[in-house]
Amino acid sequence: MGEVIFWVIWALVAVSAMVVAFSKNLVYSVFSLLATFIGVAGIYIFLNADFLAVTQIVIYVGGILVLLVFGIMLTNRIVVAKITQSSLQRTTGLVVVGAIFLVLVLTLLNQTWPLATSAAEFDSTVNNIGELLFGDYLILFEVASVLLLGALIGAATLARKEL
Amino acid sequence: MHALSSYLILSALLFSLGLYTVITRKNAVAILMGIELILNAANVNFIAFSKFVTHHVEGHLMAVFIIMLAAAEAAVALAIILNLYNDHGNINVDEANALKR
Amino acid sequence: MHEHYGVVLAFGILGFILMYVAFILQKLIGPKNSSELKLDTYECGEPTEGSSWVQFNIRFYVIALIFIVFDVEVVFLFPWAVVFKDMGFVTFIEVFVFLAILVVGLAYVWAKGDLEWVKMKLKYGTGRYAATRLHESESP
Repeated sequence: MGEVIFWVIWALVAVSAMVVAFSKNLVYSVFSLLATFIGVAGIYIFLNADFLAVTQIVIYVGGILVLLVFGIMLTNRIVVAKITQSSLQRTTGLVVVGAIFLVLVLTLLNQTWPLATSAAEFDSTVNNIGELLFGDYLILFEVASVLLLGALIGAATLARKEL
Repeated sequence: MHALSSYLILSALLFSLGLYTVITRKNAVAILMGIELILNAANVNFIAFSKFVTHHVEGHLMAVFIIMLAAAEAAVALAIILNLYNDHGNINVDEANALKR
Repeated sequence: MHEHYGVVLAFGILGFILMYVAFILQKLIGPKNSSELKLDTYECGEPTEGSSWVQFNIRFYVIALIFIVFDVEVVFLFPWAVVFKDMGFVTFIEVFVFLAILVVGLAYVWAKGDLEWVKMKLKYGTGRYAATRLHESESP
């Protein structure tokens, strides 16, 4: 059962990412990006990353995707729910990206990874993440707030200029 | 359980599709969506390796910081895109080739 | 660990199915006597004016921006809440510094007036309806 669900989620992520890349309708792209993010959160669950899955839902789905939809709504004169987009150099891009994908897959299939020997699973990762975040990675945590402050002030200044 | 390679292939696929989106789309918001796909691919890699190879949660911490960075980047990038729209009337990046008006 | 999340998946799927069940049910058992009036947005009340597919106001963006910054902040506070009991008071100071830095951003946006929905910059009598109001006051 778990195996079947894993492959269903795997296929959901792959197909919805393809829709994001190839769809002509920008609104379809952004909504299949929603499916990709939720699918990746499911993949995180299979990788024992419960905190990351929740973070993915809260920040990506609840925040970044809303910002992207705002970006679309603010930059198009909409008359119907169909916003077309065009692409440049489709064939060249497809050849180059296909070659990169092939090289990546061949490389990682021919590689023997130094797999961990212990098979013990984390019960929950939140405790370990918290201990690291407020211990070894404290400086990174504080610098993150400065980065967010800079992003907020910078983006608000840029967005205000055109009022 | 599933092998490490199934996660890595998914990540490679996400990265390739994101790269394709970035290099072929004209719409700046669509390019931003491609960047988010690439960042997700990196996160899947981090967490897959942290489960199968290092067996430590430090990879998770990196992924949290990447997500935080993606939020900040999306906010600033969209503000720039709004300014571009204000100047040009559209957000096709191939037409934004002037440094000043 | 993923076995515990079967419940979450079941809830998600159930919610999705129930939504479509509601759609299909109303298609099956709902009366079908549609007329011009039935297709109105508001069957009684004000007639709508124009299309609702309009360009959003740019001021929504700044609100969304503030939301996403504090969204990220909340995610960082979750692990703190879990380890606070074990790691003690020093983490409180660490988080306090984190929050203080972010509140500077909120204060900046507030002081610059991005949070005010109605810009109070217009002088009295220069607004959109100033001419009509002037006209009304003169006529009696």
